Amino acid sequence: MSTVAVAEQEVDGQQWPQENYLNAKSGVWSWVTTTDHKRIGVMFFFGTALSLLVGGIYALLLRIELLTPGRTIMDPNTYNRFFTMHGIVMVWLFMIPSIPTVFGNFLLPIMIGARDVAFPRLNLASFYIYVVGAAFTLWALIDGGVDTGWTFYTPYSLSAPSAVIPVAFGIVILGFSSIATGINFIVTTHTLRAKGMTWMKMPLFVWAIYGTSVIQVLATPVLGMTLIVVALDRSFRLGLFDPTLGGDPILFQHLFWFYSHPAVYIMVLPGMGVISELVSSVARKNPFSYKAIAYSTFGIAFVGFLTWGHHMFVSGMSLLDSGVFGLTSMLVAIFSAIKVFTWTATLYRGAIAVSTPLVYIFAFLFLFVFGGMTGVAVAGMSMDIHWHDTYFVVAHFHFIMVGGTLTAYLAAIHHWFPKITGRKYSETWGFISSAMVFAGFFFTFFPQFLLGNAGMPRRYYAYAPEFQMLHVASTAGSSILAAGMVLSLVYLTYAVFKGPLAGDNPWHLRGLEWKTSSPPPEHNFHEHRIEVSGEYEPYDYWRPENPP
Amino acid sequence: VKPEVHAHFQDWENERHSGHLAMWIFLASEVLFFTALITLYAGYRTHFPGEFGEAAKHSKLAIGSINTYVLITSSLFVALQLDAFKKGLPRRALLLQGLTILFALCFMGLKALEYTEHFHEGIYPGHWYHFDKVPNRGGMLFFTLYYVMTGLHALHVLVGIGLFLFLMHRTMKGRYSPESHLGPTLIGLYWHFVDIVWIFLWPMFYLIR
Repeated sequence: MSTVAVAEQEVDGQQWPQENYLNAKSGVWSWVTTTDHKRIGVMFFFGTALSLLVGGIYALLLRIELLTPGRTIMDPNTYNRFFTMHGIVMVWLFMIPSIPTVFGNFLLPIMIGARDVAFPRLNLASFYIYVVGAAFTLWALIDGGVDTGWTFYTPYSLSAPSAVIPVAFGIVILGFSSIATGINFIVTTHTLRAKGMTWMKMPLFVWAIYGTSVIQVLATPVLGMTLIVVALDRSFRLGLFDPTLGGDPILFQHLFWFYSHPAVYIMVLPGMGVISELVSSVARKNPFSYKAIAYSTFGIAFVGFLTWGHHMFVSGMSLLDSGVFGLTSMLVAIFSAIKVFTWTATLYRGAIAVSTPLVYIFAFLFLFVFGGMTGVAVAGMSMDIHWHDTYFVVAHFHFIMVGGTLTAYLAAIHHWFPKITGRKYSETWGFISSAMVFAGFFFTFFPQFLLGNAGMPRRYYAYAPEFQMLHVASTAGSSILAAGMVLSLVYLTYAVFKGPLAGDNPWHLRGLEWKTSSPPPEHNFHEHRIEVSGEYEPYDYWRPENPP
Repeated sequence: VKPEVHAHFQDWENERHSGHLAMWIFLASEVLFFTALITLYAGYRTHFPGEFGEAAKHSKLAIGSINTYVLITSSLFVALQLDAFKKGLPRRALLLQGLTILFALCFMGLKALEYTEHFHEGIYPGHWYHFDKVPNRGGMLFFTLYYVMTGLHALHVLVGIGLFLFLMHRTMKGRYSPESHLGPTLIGLYWHFVDIVWIFLWPMFYLIR
């Protein structure tokens, strides 16, 4: 190490580790060919964060357009393309991969005491498959975009005059990335746990990523096949989903939602995993019930496969089917409630430290519970017929799915920032920006519940003048949200270069990731092989001999 | 030859276990890939039961059945190939891998013959379908699904041929031993899966009339 690095060691009495994954090898080539799961996680961070930016810019343009009942800044066709691309980019390029590929990649092997994931080269391949899929999708975006909505409903998607095929292919390719990552995480969890790291000693985040991976592996191929058939139908007029040739568009909806409903659990389960870790961290208490959180993950993963029909109450399903799908959908709320009660019970009488992650935990709990309650409401068929295809549903899924994933993603960034970068961010600015994100999110989507309930249909370009007030309120909220996000970007970027050194365990936690240096060395630990003693528990804050 | 263990695995048993698990999960994923199409088939068979039965009478039962025999026999070679590695007879394994490829090519040839005969009868997929013996939507959907599903299966056979060529190359280089033959085992699993898919396609498109 150079003299500069030696000087750095003295900052705040913290040591900058001599060897870490960032300086183990240097040069761009060492990054693009790396098989280190930590570096791949960092590369995925840039991919997903860029997607969040692109999807966010679309969202802001849509909100600006909706400021007035008629034309504001774009024509109706552009508007259709923009809301479609907003959905596609946010769902497949940001929310599905975000937490698993960034934090799952970085943390899962360290948390179970492994040197890497089971298949490091497959892991790198998964990143490049993601890049190729994203390139297809974004190419279509330049090439005129798609105007079918992110759901590609047939028969319109078979004749829509826009770039359906490249986008569909992009999503199929992204699916392979998702499957490869899922296989890698499942196998890693099964076979690479350190000696002594039993299943019931794994951190709850690992359970969440494991459950998510199972859904990814089992649901994604169905979407892939369905979109391939759409592309074949469109290119060669096969007619499998085309009613003019005898095909059945409702079958498309069944197959599409067979993936796309479990997909919301691909998005939110990792978020739940993050929150499970963080409530114990901020409250300095053990999870109220480790097993309840771990097992309810599988309740959600399993029941999630049996609820897809609730998207189709007005598509012509039988009353019996609708009733059954309504009931199974409400079952998800039971498993989710088990988690929410466990988290709040964990916080109860804890030694809560006020920090940026705490604000995001509260934001998550508020948005998730509010979104979840409205979810139970729309799972009831009689009420869903009123709310179907209105802004009520838009507000519902943004609260629960986006609110859940985005706040957990931001919470995870802040919580593990010291581990990943080795530095601390500014808690003051973190607090301000997290408050802005929370408030902005609420004021963007709360008016949309009111809009939908009053009858404003979703995806409409023009609307009745009496809806304008609420639309303006929503747009105002979205600008606060955007400002909060930009602020996070600014102070986090500053902290990466200029933040004070964090030290190995700035939060005083128990997980294995805090027992190695920040940033961790190339193979995660300084020992060649980690062993976990019989007494080890990922959360053992109650033991008097282990004060925080 | 002692197996070469990658550093992040604890030992060879650990690495072997990981490989097996990954392949089984991948195959589970593949099952769902085909299930999407089987769902379409089930849906349309329920919509058009009579037409599907009628159309199935015009599929080439003889070719389909011979192909079933060919494919199952190739799976036998794959199983024997593993046995040969275990007994330390790589040259025998090489021969059996060659036979597997030969039978797979035979399957593909018969498939091509079958497609050509169908094309002559006017049985094309989708919009281009003009078969005068079953001139209805049900018949069209039956044969469209036939092309999509057997086509996807044939694609898997092609990938399998590629994988066995790769295995032959590695076998000739002496990379496998009685202790270490993970590659042949996993690719064998894949090949048996391709076989099983055909076991489903055979009744769906040839036997249920």
